[in-house]
Amino acid sequence: MNFQTLSQLAVLCGERELGIGALMLEEQSAESGRSQEQEFATMREYYGVMKEAVQRGMTEDTTSRSGLTGLDAQRVAAYNAADEPCLGGPAGQAMAYALAVSEVNASMGRIIATPTAGSCGIIPGVFLSCQERFGWDDDYMVSGLFAAGAIGYVIANNSFVSGAEGGCQAEVGSAIGMAAGALTEMRGGTPAQAVHAVGLALKNTLGLICDPVGGLVEIPCIVRNGFGAVTALAAADMALAGVRSVIPSDEVIKVMLEVGSAMPEKHRETAGGGLAQTPTGRRIMKDLRNPK
Amino acid sequence: MRFKDVFSIIGPAMVGPSSSHTAGAARIGRAARQVLGELPREAEVTFFGSFAATYQGHGTDRAIAGGLLDFATDDHRLPDSIGLAAEAGMSISFGQGTGLFPHPNTVRLRLTGRESGTEMTLTGTSIGGGNIEIVDIDGFSVKLTGMYPTVLIQHMDYLGVLASVTDVMREGQFNIGHMSLDRKNRSGAALTVLELDEPATAELLEKLRALPAVKSVKVVDLNGITQEQT
Repeated sequence: MNFQTLSQLAVLCGERELGIGALMLEEQSAESGRSQEQEFATMREYYGVMKEAVQRGMTEDTTSRSGLTGLDAQRVAAYNAADEPCLGGPAGQAMAYALAVSEVNASMGRIIATPTAGSCGIIPGVFLSCQERFGWDDDYMVSGLFAAGAIGYVIANNSFVSGAEGGCQAEVGSAIGMAAGALTEMRGGTPAQAVHAVGLALKNTLGLICDPVGGLVEIPCIVRNGFGAVTALAAADMALAGVRSVIPSDEVIKVMLEVGSAMPEKHRETAGGGLAQTPTGRRIMKDLRNPK
Repeated sequence: MRFKDVFSIIGPAMVGPSSSHTAGAARIGRAARQVLGELPREAEVTFFGSFAATYQGHGTDRAIAGGLLDFATDDHRLPDSIGLAAEAGMSISFGQGTGLFPHPNTVRLRLTGRESGTEMTLTGTSIGGGNIEIVDIDGFSVKLTGMYPTVLIQHMDYLGVLASVTDVMREGQFNIGHMSLDRKNRSGAALTVLELDEPATAELLEKLRALPAVKSVKVVDLNGITQEQT
């Protein structure tokens, strides 16, 4: 890849007169040696898997093997349809879809890791709800996934994208930044605005620890995906409105690295602290280890 | 760069719930199956670290079994793979190991081939986002990620073997992205691992097998998405 930072990415987009998604497709093809058509086709298959996961999570039983989670997406959707939700329709829809994919993941269904399975709901939640709302075609969405991938590529190589290394900020935080930047571009924002959206989003999740109850990708992972989708919409709106990340996004990514590196091991996916070690978290873990 | 392309960020397509504890484990199992070159008759699986602590909740055991059946990370049969392994005639056991291990997510496999009776050991680590590193095969230190088509060459350690291998690669127009070699002792058994940009062809493998001092050639290729079977 010919860029290592988000500012280099924005400059390169300017030089080649391309959006982030189109530029990433060119770069990916050059890296893999496969044609742009082939790479685009692979990403289109991935988008298909995301759609299936949303569909499944909204209609099928998603009770997890542990029995701790499932069907919250359908609860939110039913409430959205019957009542006047505080968020309003579109954000509520994104939240429901994000929960749906995350619940499919927890019940051993098929998903796309974006960038990880723990954060797999956020991008599908934002993308599918916006596709329905704005009437975008699939190819437009697939190009958006390349934009999200470009942003994730920079975050992953300058910081981290796994909870074991950098806490939840690295998983859910990265996914929110990727979704926010991609959505900003899809809504007509410039590459520079998309980069601001990433920084704005990441600042909101800095310090978030990874403390899964029982070590499972369920509590609090699933609801954090729901919240994450809503945050991504908010960050995109701020960037499109002209709000800037005064601390440049690349510097925010370095802060994520600093904070994650200083995070104690008990807060990095070991279930040794946080929610996992509350009295209730400990009781759940004990029940999981010694099933009745 | 630790992450090299867009599909190491968006992807893999996988059966949940964890990219490291499920998808990564499935890829380690599948890599082991491909190195063995056949279905194992017996598989002894030992989990370390976080794998040992949480493998049941994450389906890491099912993922390893599925990988040994050559299932991809997104194969819908993965949740049922332990039963399917038994049906296929594979005896598989799971345990928790003690002692030193190279990464929080480590698994050690001891396999016996169904047809040949060949025994093999392999140690794999799952480093995040479904990405893996196989760090040991039969006591040889390796660094195998499965991100690229990979050729493993077992050979005797003597002068010029590597040159003859790279000659064959050059003639066939295969570019080598990463290479490692380890040997048991001077002039003893050695294992060379080559990550290629293109999938290895049957012709390439035949030429490599024909080289003097080469004992066996195996291929590991973990890429591709499973077409949904309904």
